Amino acid sequence: MITYEWLYILAGVFFAIWSLLSLRNRLVGNAAFWGLLSASFLLGSHLSDLANGLLVLALVAIAGVGGLKRSDPATTGIEDRAKASRALGNKLFVPALIVPLTAVAGTLLYNYTPLSETGLFEPRRETLILFGVGVLIALVVAMVWLKPPLLAPAEEGRRLLDSIGWAAILPQMLAALGAVFALAGVGEIIGGVAADLIPDGSIFLTVIVFTLGMALFTMIMGNAFAAFPVMAAAIGIPLLVETYGGNPAVIGAVGMLAGFCGTLMTPMAANFNIVPAALLELKDQNAVIRQQIGTAIPLWLCNVAIIYFGAFILWN
Amino acid sequence: MNYWPLLGIALVVIGFALRFNPLFVVVGSALATGLLAGLDFVAVIEALGRAFNDNRYISVTWIILPVIGLLERYGLQQRARAVIESVRGATMGKLLTFYLLFRQLTAALGMKDIGGHPQAVRPLVAPMAEAAAEKSHGRLAEDDREKVLAMSAATDNVGLFFGEDIFFAIASILLIQGVFESYGYPLTPLQLSVWAIPTAICAFIIHSWRIRALDRKLGRAAK
Repeated sequence: MITYEWLYILAGVFFAIWSLLSLRNRLVGNAAFWGLLSASFLLGSHLSDLANGLLVLALVAIAGVGGLKRSDPATTGIEDRAKASRALGNKLFVPALIVPLTAVAGTLLYNYTPLSETGLFEPRRETLILFGVGVLIALVVAMVWLKPPLLAPAEEGRRLLDSIGWAAILPQMLAALGAVFALAGVGEIIGGVAADLIPDGSIFLTVIVFTLGMALFTMIMGNAFAAFPVMAAAIGIPLLVETYGGNPAVIGAVGMLAGFCGTLMTPMAANFNIVPAALLELKDQNAVIRQQIGTAIPLWLCNVAIIYFGAFILWN
Repeated sequence: MNYWPLLGIALVVIGFALRFNPLFVVVGSALATGLLAGLDFVAVIEALGRAFNDNRYISVTWIILPVIGLLERYGLQQRARAVIESVRGATMGKLLTFYLLFRQLTAALGMKDIGGHPQAVRPLVAPMAEAAAEKSHGRLAEDDREKVLAMSAATDNVGLFFGEDIFFAIASILLIQGVFESYGYPLTPLQLSVWAIPTAICAFIIHSWRIRALDRKLGRAAK
């Protein structure tokens, strides 16, 4: 049976290659950071919790002292790219499309045919595993079609990875923060406060408090990822799913999107809202937010309605 | 009830506001929250390590970078630009609506780095929107010009945020899956991502209406 462990080995190998290429470029901080992440993928399942925890602290220490630098692997110039783009045309999108198509078509094929009885994939893990398969197919197709130098995919991947930098593991770290919050009972504390605010038995008002909490928390933290674990633990799961029997998939997915409405309205989400105002040399640094508020508020209302109808009225 | 663990949330807010490295803030907040809840130091580090390890699948998605990087080497961004430029000559309303749809669809297919402010909005979308608006309405007042540029950036954000979650292998979908799974509700990424579609449609309707409203408003101001 193919499990996530296979994907972790694949990702571990990718990050190990990126670490070695960083070392070759004398980017010691990058090499150490991606090397540790590679170790987490390859060995994490066999290490003790304490060892994994120390690994996390080491990753954060490297990022915290500014050990990660942008890299500058050899790539093609703008002229070459324009020429290649004209010569290759819209076919260039094909390898990129292979990845989602493999994953979606593969998942449907697997779940709605007798294939699922073979037990080829770990249950509920098939989509992400097929995503990994799609990446490998796309890489082979692109390599055979475009015939780049052998190291080109690794170096081009590293160029993008180093432009993302430490932010690459921020979502995973926020999920870990959510788990620690859960252990410390943060969700229950906020849930207790929220439960005092929400009149008993009103599903609609609970949906409002949940989605409003997502939007406001996101505005404070500048990031829906940080808000989600707290609001899910406080209201989404204990009240909406458990007490009122709502559909967890709708509550999770649309709850996150209600948070994204908050992202549109906060200067804390600097790279989306403040950076473009600077890039476009606007006088008002909040000009982008001003254009977004008129979209964010009605869209937030849509999310309230989608959860209320999708997770409760249609579900029950 | 012990309310002290809430200080961890305050630390996140303060840390982000003071622009400390977010990884630093997140881990500092996790350690503080655990300690304030009465756990001992080693137990908090163990909990953090276990949770980080259990959520590795969120970071697996970076293995797509070599594919995207390789295609960029052969002009993927220039190709995207050519697709947008093919609507040259349209009004600002049509142009930005087209870009909204293009951004939503490509993000939904996992190509979320095809747009973005430095790569697409500043060099391409904003100047084209401005040029299209001036073509229909004549020279724009400075305030109106800023509105057009800001709307271009806003369109990129709306298209990205309300397209990307339709792609299942994205960090936010996997984070939702991880949180629900830790409370005993196993969900699949695809189950979650289909529920991003209704909001994506609403986002397209609302935002494209607002783009056209701005275009109409500029028309009235010009008269």
